[in-house]
Amino acid sequence: MTASQANPLALVCELTHRCPLHCVYCSNPQELDRRASELSTEMWISVFRQGVELGVLQADLTGGEPLARTDIVELVRGARSAGLYVSLITSGLPLDEARLDALIAAGLDHFQLSFQGSNDQVAEEISGTKTHAQKLRVLDWLKSRRVAVTLNFVLHRRNLHQMDGMLAIAESSSATRIEFANVQYYGWAFLNRELLLPTRAQLDEFLGKVKVAEERLHGKIRVEYVVPDYYARFPKPCMGGWGQKVLLITPSGDALPCHAAGVIPGLQFENVKEKRLGEIWDSSEAFQRFRGESWMQDPCKSCDRRAQDFGGCRCQALLLAGDAAATDPVCSLSPRRHSVDAILSTVNSPPTSAWQYRANLS
Amino acid sequence: MPERALRLNGPSLEIVSRCDGKHTVAQIIADLQKLYSKAEPHKVESDILGYLALLQKERALDFSA
Repeated sequence: MTASQANPLALVCELTHRCPLHCVYCSNPQELDRRASELSTEMWISVFRQGVELGVLQADLTGGEPLARTDIVELVRGARSAGLYVSLITSGLPLDEARLDALIAAGLDHFQLSFQGSNDQVAEEISGTKTHAQKLRVLDWLKSRRVAVTLNFVLHRRNLHQMDGMLAIAESSSATRIEFANVQYYGWAFLNRELLLPTRAQLDEFLGKVKVAEERLHGKIRVEYVVPDYYARFPKPCMGGWGQKVLLITPSGDALPCHAAGVIPGLQFENVKEKRLGEIWDSSEAFQRFRGESWMQDPCKSCDRRAQDFGGCRCQALLLAGDAAATDPVCSLSPRRHSVDAILSTVNSPPTSAWQYRANLS
Repeated sequence: MPERALRLNGPSLEIVSRCDGKHTVAQIIADLQKLYSKAEPHKVESDILGYLALLQKERALDFSA
């Protein structure tokens, strides 16, 4: 380890892989953890405290669906009393007004509600469930409550044309932040890429609209967005650098540098049931593996942008180039960029595959 | 703030620690004018108003009547 290793800022807590939805782009791994392997309430609360000792500021309680944990109110209270800023990243069910009040009373700071589109039809197609109306009810309940609200819209080929409807939902709510997150192709989204990948024309229209919205809503709603990196010239600075800012805990307690890191062969993950969080962060093999620059190959290792984007995403390098230490193939400087261009060149042909919905476990 | 953090020190910390839903803007100004009694009171006031407006634009706080 290096003595100067900065502390993580955010602890992403995948409380469970259980979820009532079956979204075709779910970021959970294809191998889901079962309920019986989930960490206990006490273990999570210990993890929150260890996180604070390590310098973590925020806990993102996510899943799966975090509300599927019957102890969610206790977990929010535990994270808040440990001293963390607590976000709940949720589909909005199972939730009623009494449970929402209990979460807020327990100290919830921020409620992030995901949407699959601006109307029932696309939401049902993407999530395999009828849940859009419940989300609108939750937004209505949130109006009279004291908690920060973000709406998260996951964007792709089937709903990019619904930007105006999505903005209308946000503007009639109490949200102070909107995230327009174009699908990233890992996990279930990688399986469904052919059906999800937008066209260049769709993307250009989106970028035009999002800039207008940003300007118009300035001071009312922060508009944040992620572009699909297959269309980018340079890769995203994934996770703000491997093992630099974020520490993710899976439902069964494995500590990962990012949600997709499990796809990289040969990475050994430590578990919070066996090791202290600080020790895992400072010196575990998985966190050390792609820290700094010593793992880089050309063109990254001599590139002026290496301190800006860290060579892009390790999981994407593995998925597209077959080598987790390669330059992210979306980079225009990558010798593998042609493989991404080949994928994009098929985007105007009619898809030949059918949706593969995210599995569900009990 | 969601997915962000403010690095606070000196006057910014003094201001934000008073943004608790109880202090009025006038009270915050009066407190800081006392705390920074060597500074020009008008300058303290305009700096505070500017900083609060910036935080509002960033959606880190809201003003209530």
